[in-house]
Amino acid sequence: MSTAVLFATTFGVGFAGLRAGEGNLSAAAQQKPDATEVKIDNFSFGPAELKVPVGTTVTWTNRDDIPHTAVSTDKTFKSKVLDTDEKFSFTFSKPGTYEYFCSIHPKMTGKVVVQ
Amino acid sequence: MTAKSKDELLHDHNHDGVDRRGFLKCMAWAGTGAFCIMQGGVLKSYSMSQMAQMAGKVGAGELSFVQISDSHMGFNKAANPDVVGTLKTAVDKVNALSTPAEFMLHTGDISHLSKPEEFDSVDQILKDAKPKDIFYVPGEHDMLNDDGKQYLERYGKNTKGAGWYSFDKKGVHFIGLVNVLNLKAGGLGTLGHDQLEWMEDDVKHLKSSTPIVVFAHIPLWSVYPEWGWGTEDSAQALAYLKKFGSVTVLNGHIHQTMQKVEGNVTFHTAASTAFPQPEPGKAPSPGPMKVPAEQLKSVLGITDVSYVHGQHALAVVDSSLT
Repeated sequence: MSTAVLFATTFGVGFAGLRAGEGNLSAAAQQKPDATEVKIDNFSFGPAELKVPVGTTVTWTNRDDIPHTAVSTDKTFKSKVLDTDEKFSFTFSKPGTYEYFCSIHPKMTGKVVVQ
Repeated sequence: MTAKSKDELLHDHNHDGVDRRGFLKCMAWAGTGAFCIMQGGVLKSYSMSQMAQMAGKVGAGELSFVQISDSHMGFNKAANPDVVGTLKTAVDKVNALSTPAEFMLHTGDISHLSKPEEFDSVDQILKDAKPKDIFYVPGEHDMLNDDGKQYLERYGKNTKGAGWYSFDKKGVHFIGLVNVLNLKAGGLGTLGHDQLEWMEDDVKHLKSSTPIVVFAHIPLWSVYPEWGWGTEDSAQALAYLKKFGSVTVLNGHIHQTMQKVEGNVTFHTAASTAFPQPEPGKAPSPGPMKVPAEQLKSVLGITDVSYVHGQHALAVVDSSLT
């Protein structure tokens, strides 16, 4: 009895997932982003290049003892100054390549590719 | 540091050959800053620990001033949890001078996060300094969030543009520059067209015998571009100074002393009053260098200047904060 219930439940979840894959959510369901977090360590963004599906929220966390920012070169997004352990999040609603840098330490550069 | 080694430094200072070149020199010292004396167009500098010994060495008509830098008020991480204390120590050193400095230069990063209370705190501490005139240029940490509006209100009332200006003291022409705004992705410090144009005009009518002191936060020479330690368009600024016999460039930003002599120009960076940073390329990043607490003051006072570029590099290691 309990086995049958488990089976039904598993099937149900699998079916729902399949349906989602056929619909509007196909991109999100088929390719999961490698990461949606960018860690700032040692005056660098990691990963320096991030590929994410449209609609992804990316969060930057400053783990340095020095403040940093994340500012896109086309001004699409601009964090406030992030002190140690502070975070900044931005949701990418349009596809494109977003290059960004730390406006305090401009040698620090990164890229978010939104597909 | 022993008395003997101080004597040696002074000895080196007087016989190091820079005078032969007829150029300005400003030897740098660690810890709290450098004390500079203009004598006959030659800028000499002394470590903080040597200052107290300077009694009677500065005569009439000569100019003396102190450079301090990178006080980073508000910084409270492991590299120095007490930046208030070390700045006070720096002020004590300035006040211990037998021959008082006429004024001070602060070459930026007054605050760590541009917070009003951080600027207030520095202002309060520097009120105890005997030299009452303090000339500032901003560091990138002083212009966070508001493109320097607050900095200008506090320190840049009579300046041009983003805070640049010039003034004269006893025949020496001082130029304070701003190279920490409008930084471009992947780039270095920037002066920008407007400031360069102003500077060209500012020095145009000066006699070529006028000693020039340029001060700015980020080095105006290429110390280590990989870490952003340089200024994109500094060559243009220096081109305007070619006709002058003696040019001294005083910078901060890199939290260690370095010196380079190139033609008529001596470049010098001052130590921080807050925390040391690593030598170029000798750490994964230029972040604050952590040392055991009991060693902090000695490390602030110990700066390796082995990064020698150009024909002449002079700097003296000092342990004046201990």
